[in-house]
Amino acid sequence: MSPAESRFADRLLGRVSPGGLLSLAAPVLAVVFAGLITSVVLLLTGAPPLETLVIMAEYGTQPRSIVLTLNYATTFYLSALAVAIGFRMNLFNIGVDGQYRLAALVAAAVGGALTLPAPLHVALIVCVAMLVGAGWAAIAGLLKVRRGVSEVISTIMLNAVATALGAWLLNRERLAVEVAGSNNIGTRPLGPSAQVPGLAIIPGTGSKVFGLIILAVAMGVLYHVLLNRTRFGFDLRATGRSEPAAVASGVDVKKMILIAMILSGAMAGLVGMPQLLGASYSYSLDFPTGLGFTGIAIALLGRNNPVGIAFGALLWAFLDTSSGILQLHDISPEIVMIMQGTIVLSVIVAYELVHRYRIAAGQRRVSRELAGGAPARPEGASA
Amino acid sequence: MLHNRFGRLAAVALAGGALMGVAACGGGEEPTTSATPAGSTAPAGKGAKVGLAYDIGGRGDQSFNDAAAAGLDKAKSELGLADTKELDAGSGETEAAKEERLRLLAQGGFNPVIAIGFAYSGPLKKVAAEFPEVTFAIVDDAAATAPNISNLLFAEHEGSFLVGAAAALKTKKEHIGFVGGVQVPLIQKFQAGFVAGAKKVKADVQIDVKYLTQPPDFSGFSDPAKGKTAAEGMFDAGADVVYHAAGGSGGGVFEAAKAAKGLAIGVDSDQAKTASPAVRDVIVTSMIKKVDVAVFDFLKSFTSGSVKAGSTIYDLKAGGVDYSTTGGRVDDITSELDEYKQKIISGEITVPDKTS
Repeated sequence: MSPAESRFADRLLGRVSPGGLLSLAAPVLAVVFAGLITSVVLLLTGAPPLETLVIMAEYGTQPRSIVLTLNYATTFYLSALAVAIGFRMNLFNIGVDGQYRLAALVAAAVGGALTLPAPLHVALIVCVAMLVGAGWAAIAGLLKVRRGVSEVISTIMLNAVATALGAWLLNRERLAVEVAGSNNIGTRPLGPSAQVPGLAIIPGTGSKVFGLIILAVAMGVLYHVLLNRTRFGFDLRATGRSEPAAVASGVDVKKMILIAMILSGAMAGLVGMPQLLGASYSYSLDFPTGLGFTGIAIALLGRNNPVGIAFGALLWAFLDTSSGILQLHDISPEIVMIMQGTIVLSVIVAYELVHRYRIAAGQRRVSRELAGGAPARPEGASA
Repeated sequence: MLHNRFGRLAAVALAGGALMGVAACGGGEEPTTSATPAGSTAPAGKGAKVGLAYDIGGRGDQSFNDAAAAGLDKAKSELGLADTKELDAGSGETEAAKEERLRLLAQGGFNPVIAIGFAYSGPLKKVAAEFPEVTFAIVDDAAATAPNISNLLFAEHEGSFLVGAAAALKTKKEHIGFVGGVQVPLIQKFQAGFVAGAKKVKADVQIDVKYLTQPPDFSGFSDPAKGKTAAEGMFDAGADVVYHAAGGSGGGVFEAAKAAKGLAIGVDSDQAKTASPAVRDVIVTSMIKKVDVAVFDFLKSFTSGSVKAGSTIYDLKAGGVDYSTTGGRVDDITSELDEYKQKIISGEITVPDKTS
């Protein structure tokens, strides 16, 4: 498929990428564009843009903030990978949010009820989380394969069902225990054998990076190998690009949909693990929520590329962390959400602009080379 | 500018490992914030710098956080505070974010630091240990204990008992309702007291109970449309008095009561004074939870150097919870309500704080 024939969705999800120097132009353009818009918003709200960004950069590069950034990025990265697996297959798994919350709750309850030798205990909790995530995603996969239900609709609905199911389970009579004197309620805290120690890799601070950051990196490598170096990955990408072509070459599309959904869900199951095993040791009322939706934005930002997603996750985490300082300087922290939103939009717009520029340039070149100099077709004709 | 920031990030992310290796001999002391950590030994007394960390919603939620803000405002004008800083929470954030918020305040020289809401329990325990010279307070939590933490607690069930009794005395159809914002233990405390109070007056009164959302969906505290739908359902089913413990969603309950010509009971503040003027006439009474008083008292004792660590319980006896009489719609039953109040204070009636 030549770039000129690609669909917008292909370009949006990074299945078609501009090559050469132009591939660098897009992210640079996006960052400049996002910077401009954010500056305008900052000016409108009466805050000096340059100073604001300097404040954020100063605070965000302190050792403790770097640890926080890496910790946030770990969960964001896993979440974005879960979304990206679906994207590569043309599946929009909006349900990562529900999948990880339910997985973390069940895994926390199972882990809290047992005591095992340390590596086994951790492995069991992680396996339970992956199974629950995969199982919950499989419902949407089965509905799509058997009944043709759009996974966008079913996963959104399943998010709501997961919320209700989670609330039902997180009850004194079921999986939860009360904390004395607290208005919180959570699963039985995990014993020391299930706690993954942090890594003191950032000097100048006592706080530690989630030990499971290693798991996130390993998953990134696995994602890359699976998609780009295996027959399965080829089939998955082929199905995502063109279903009829995949069918013609002997791919069982229904099976692929189900497997992709299950893999996406299993990855989603891991999203809550760094927090559960590295920090809170219990699933309680204040377990972080909404990570699944952050994952969608970061997968788009990283264009489903494991390295791109890593940068996206770090950028997002950096912005989240450094937003903490803004209120001390009487700047609304919501400015960071605007920044994050504009960056995602800018990336999409920038890639599209670069893509069109490239096609137009190609067409001009061809028409110049053609004898008699046929007139160039108008720009953007392909879109 | 942004490019520069991005560059810094990239440098941190990529070269991080190498840099860390080089600098690793530097030892692991903290804090390293530029925000003057040394200044946190601020003297008690006049000119205190007060830091306040809100729960989700922050100032302007017309409910829980606003009550805390009112206490701070009162302290600002009456106690001559040098500086105040109020930080908001983000929805769905991690404990690490809450911890960092408290730490920023403590590091920035704010003393005392007040955390609003039980979600700060774990984070506060950690931060309070790091800053033994800073005085902390937390509202609605008794689990975080340290020599420098004051726990400000409320007996919501006792106040709810009184408005439950009021509802049972006021109902003509022997049918009342309870709308909870989010189904969490704290709000179940309101429910338990309300039900106990109503049953005490009329053992066979019918009580509908409905929670707007389940955790981790906390929108039930800020969605008037959900409150309206739930209350409409109760009025349609035959209830004529509905009590809400749903924060900002309560506005919808009042609207539903107005439309159904029913009655409603407010919560947290005296809502016959604070609700939208159009619906004030349906509010029989309100269960007042004096977070503002607790915050003000704490600041006052800090100013006078008499802060007490540990739990301070704001119950009926201490006047921390109560029912309101604004509008005169409970004037005919105040003697009965006050009788119950005395019985609770004397210990003759023990109000359950858990739903059975």
